[in-house]
Amino acid sequence: MDYFLELFFSGLTRGSIYALIALGYTMVYGIIQLINFAHGEIYMIGAFVALIVSGVCTIYGLSGFAILILAAAIAAVYAAAYGFTLERVAYRPLRGSPRLSALISAIGMSIFLQNYVLLAQTPDFLPFPRLIPDLAFIEPVAHIIGTPELVILITTLITMVVLTFLIKKTRVGKAMRATQQDLSMARLVGINVDNVISLTFIIGSVMAAIGGVLVASYIGQVSFYIGFLAGIKAFTAAVLGGIGSIPGAVLGGLIIGWSESFAAGYISSDYEDVITFVLLVVILIFRPAGILGKVHKQKV
Amino acid sequence: MLRIENISTYYGNIQALKDVSIEVAEGEIVALIGANGAGKTTTLMSVSGIVPPRAGRILLDGDPIDELSPEKIVKMGVIQVPEGRRIFPDMTVLENLEMGAFLRTNKHLIQQDMNYVMTIFPILEKRQRQLGGTLSGGEQQMLAISRALMARPRVLLLDEPSLGLAPLIIKQIFDMIRQINKENNTTIFLVEQNANQALKLADRGYVMENGRITLVDAADKLLSNDEVRKAYLGI
Repeated sequence: MDYFLELFFSGLTRGSIYALIALGYTMVYGIIQLINFAHGEIYMIGAFVALIVSGVCTIYGLSGFAILILAAAIAAVYAAAYGFTLERVAYRPLRGSPRLSALISAIGMSIFLQNYVLLAQTPDFLPFPRLIPDLAFIEPVAHIIGTPELVILITTLITMVVLTFLIKKTRVGKAMRATQQDLSMARLVGINVDNVISLTFIIGSVMAAIGGVLVASYIGQVSFYIGFLAGIKAFTAAVLGGIGSIPGAVLGGLIIGWSESFAAGYISSDYEDVITFVLLVVILIFRPAGILGKVHKQKV
Repeated sequence: MLRIENISTYYGNIQALKDVSIEVAEGEIVALIGANGAGKTTTLMSVSGIVPPRAGRILLDGDPIDELSPEKIVKMGVIQVPEGRRIFPDMTVLENLEMGAFLRTNKHLIQQDMNYVMTIFPILEKRQRQLGGTLSGGEQQMLAISRALMARPRVLLLDEPSLGLAPLIIKQIFDMIRQINKENNTTIFLVEQNANQALKLADRGYVMENGRITLVDAADKLLSNDEVRKAYLGI
């Protein structure tokens, strides 16, 4: 039973991170029908910025949670700037062109950002400090769920609650939903859709950066390449849940997290990726739009 | 109030409007009729700034608006109810109405207008928590008009409000358009394929063919015009 719970919580932890990144994919897709393949790179850049910040902070004698919060905040600001710029230079000029052009531009930006970090930093793995100290009260259940997992879960939960509130209740959130449901009608009620699109990239990037910081601190290393795999997994989560659907991204992330964790725990860690993608294939056969995705019916 | 001066609008290389001029005076109801593909919708999209004209000018109270962004045009009080109603399907009726007042800030006045549209279309009050996409066609049209009213339009642009609706509902909608025009002195520019209904409602009418205006006259004169009767009224 303990083993099951351990796998359950490690799956939940991974899954919530996938969900955090998947939200960026799904929100952007919902509005401009573009798979932003460079999204994983934003996550990676977030982790690198956090590494630099934590290095500087250590020199100044800060420690633990103080560094974590500061690093995440600064990484989020950097990632927001990258996400915003990415949309401006790589996607906005292609707004009216065929979808394939924007997709190629996205892949190009992904390759560019990876290589930019590779040249500016290093091709090797860098050690990332463990920013999450062990808390005493968690000691008795530490074999099931450790402090890092708990911190990741709480952080992602808070992020998602804030996001849900933002989208459901605020003026900008309503503008985002309206733009997602009907872009040209949104313009006709006076919404500046360019600003909404920029904002969507910023929000997605901030969440990716938070994910990047948490994972890097959990796993303990970063490299220019980590965005690729995390990006593919999160993208799979978004498709599995139904791309364009926000609850779908969360659900997809959790399903992938759990299937990986249980596959690794009960079968073999060699099979964790296999299970993930088998699941994707099976779900897409029976529900091509994803679990919560909508099959678009045109009402005439 | 709204003056369209010699505009030409293109989709890529294809010219959709050729030298179109239309004038709508304050408090007037003007109908633009014509066959499918004549350029009626394009005319409205040019006014709203979604497909800006490549030549010519569009003036509101004498000020050019043809180079403004759609949201600035909305801000100036030129509000469109587009063809096909375009209700936000996954938003409730209430949220759809709120979106109509997106650029307004006075909560009190917004609430007042919300009450107003619910008195003219009582069905919306009953449906207020329902998702827009689940409404019937007629209800969606009422919601679309109400959403536009939430912006306090000075000029209301209506694109095919009768499209796909049952005759009884059409009558109800057109009665409401007249009422809105009378009660609030809202200027109305209406685009319709249903020429008969549109001309009965309007003060003046324009006939459009292949992107050009071919006839302008008082609505009752157009109704009795032989050419119009043959081409658009099926008589």
